[in-house]
Amino acid sequence: MNKHSELAVYNFAYLDEQTKRMIRRAILKAIAIPGYQVPFASREMPMPYGWGTGGVQVTASILGPDDTLKVIDQGADDTTNAVSIRAFFQKVAHVAVTTQTAQATIIQTRHRIPEETLTDNQVLVYQVPIPEPLRFLEPRETETRKMHALEEYGLMHVKLYEDIARNGHIATTYAYPVKVEGRYVMDPSPTPKFDNPKMHRSQALQLFGAGREKRIYAIPPYTDVVSLDFEDHPFEVQQFEEPCALCAASGVYLDEVVLDDRGGRMFVCSDTDYCEKRRDNGHRGRLNGETAGAVK
Amino acid sequence: MYVAVKGGEAAINNAHQLLADRRRADRSVPAMHLEQIIGQLGLGVDRIMAEGSLYDCDLAALAFKQARGDMIEAIFLLRAYRTTLPRFGYSNPIDTGKMLIERRISATYKDLPGGQLLGPTFDYTHRLLDPELMQDLPVDPPKTREAETGQAPRVSEILAQEGLIENDGDLPDDHQTGDLTRQPTEFPMSRDVRLQALSRGDEGFLLALGYSTQRGFARSHPFAGEIRIGEVDVEIDVPELGFAINLGRIRVTECQMVNQFSGSATSPPQFTRGYGLVFGQSERKAMAMALVDRSLRARELGEDITAPAQDEEFVISHSDNVQATGFVEHLKLPHYVDFQAELELVRRMRAEHDRNRPDGNAGETPNDKLEAAE
Repeated sequence: MNKHSELAVYNFAYLDEQTKRMIRRAILKAIAIPGYQVPFASREMPMPYGWGTGGVQVTASILGPDDTLKVIDQGADDTTNAVSIRAFFQKVAHVAVTTQTAQATIIQTRHRIPEETLTDNQVLVYQVPIPEPLRFLEPRETETRKMHALEEYGLMHVKLYEDIARNGHIATTYAYPVKVEGRYVMDPSPTPKFDNPKMHRSQALQLFGAGREKRIYAIPPYTDVVSLDFEDHPFEVQQFEEPCALCAASGVYLDEVVLDDRGGRMFVCSDTDYCEKRRDNGHRGRLNGETAGAVK
Repeated sequence: MYVAVKGGEAAINNAHQLLADRRRADRSVPAMHLEQIIGQLGLGVDRIMAEGSLYDCDLAALAFKQARGDMIEAIFLLRAYRTTLPRFGYSNPIDTGKMLIERRISATYKDLPGGQLLGPTFDYTHRLLDPELMQDLPVDPPKTREAETGQAPRVSEILAQEGLIENDGDLPDDHQTGDLTRQPTEFPMSRDVRLQALSRGDEGFLLALGYSTQRGFARSHPFAGEIRIGEVDVEIDVPELGFAINLGRIRVTECQMVNQFSGSATSPPQFTRGYGLVFGQSERKAMAMALVDRSLRARELGEDITAPAQDEEFVISHSDNVQATGFVEHLKLPHYVDFQAELELVRRMRAEHDRNRPDGNAGETPNDKLEAAE
């Protein structure tokens, strides 16, 4: 009986204080060398590797009792894994949670950056599956670390050039490589390239955690983040042909939702909080007028 | 109005409730006790402890039950608990030479000091299903005799007397044993850290790699010098006391492979070692580990690196089944943001492709093309 009750005791935010200190050191180093991947002794977490363990460890290490946490996956607060991670921190840290971007002090995200501009009292924590931007060009860690050390990024430019030669444009649509503060080429995690410009000189601190690959990296506030491109083929983001069908927002990232098996589809905001806020403010999209009841 | 994925929370709770129901299954059948699992499914418990890197039969059995018999899930449960435990210190190296031996065999000597002891092995059973086990018939107690008091020196020590086998690794005096679970992985690894990774590595993965070396992908001419299974004392130095105190005993399986080696520019012809050590009783894993350990020493011994089993970064980066299963299974998570980005690109590229075709079919509407893109 005693044993069972002992098992249930976990430290604030799950990780023990020694581990948090180790991770905070890695974070500080990462902030000091923007875009550099700092190795850290990643722990096993109670959720699977590849499901946000890096982001969870970073969040657990910076989280305080007064923080307000928001967790999104694909831009939405209510996707299953975001629900699960948010519930985890409610359980092990009893922190306040929110779905509203502006109210959060820490936002953990997978695959998106919120549409609303972040401020200098916010931290954005990214879940990263493969932190190494050169990994699919060179599978060996020993090689890629050398390439970063020597600032040897020719291979990446050749890859982008070959894209253009073959397809007419760069065929990378997400996890689009960026150069941080003119030095390290960095993987922004698999966010759509649409979100890359939001990283540039962001007021918010951006932290990246890759648990399985045991790496942490960071973009301090107001840091230059430039998407790689060529003079004659400048970087450009995705454009959507129609606005959000619910809130009529344009210039935001949209998800395509298949409505039936006859090719019917609608586009809605990927950032659910942004979309809800607009609707609360009276914005109405194509499918959110009097036809609302018809479309389930 | 369209509701994207609302209700995630309720769905998750319901799924967990259904899972608990499936785990318990037919309520008229008694639930398994942990003692039954520890006692009757002991080798499963051993594997969970070995790959979970935590020696605790009760917790391993609990994990096994909770995971509905899914080994990797159970290993994961144990690891996630282990990682929260504070680290008080490091034990002294266990001395397998002083093992309380239950099984000990050598394939290189017909007889040797300490003798050959078969112990509880499947080796010479005929693999015929035994219908009697469907009932709970009485089982005869095993035959026992007084343990021999003499030493059972390790086979590697016998070979070392003649200088036929390499030394058991040389490390500088100030070398601090690494800790895979407390330090970032960096390549190339020192052998101590590599052995830690192999010891908790996936049995199936190491088995396949070890097998590949036998079939010629980096063949290393191995002999099972010795396999021993039994209990060893775990001791820890307490600075205040000035001597080591005994923490208890653990059961381990040790395998010493003896590998032919014709010498290279850096080493004389002599037998070389491959080493395997695993919690509990698991000969398959210990042997596979020893084969892979030996093949991963290619760089150290100046051998050509030609096969996957010799490639440290390949082997160690992919040997951990908790990492592997997490990343493979994360493909279940939604990826529709990225997929949307790819959809947009494929549509654009297809439209460009159609425009550039010399026999461009003007009759086709853009919408047809969209459909074809999916």
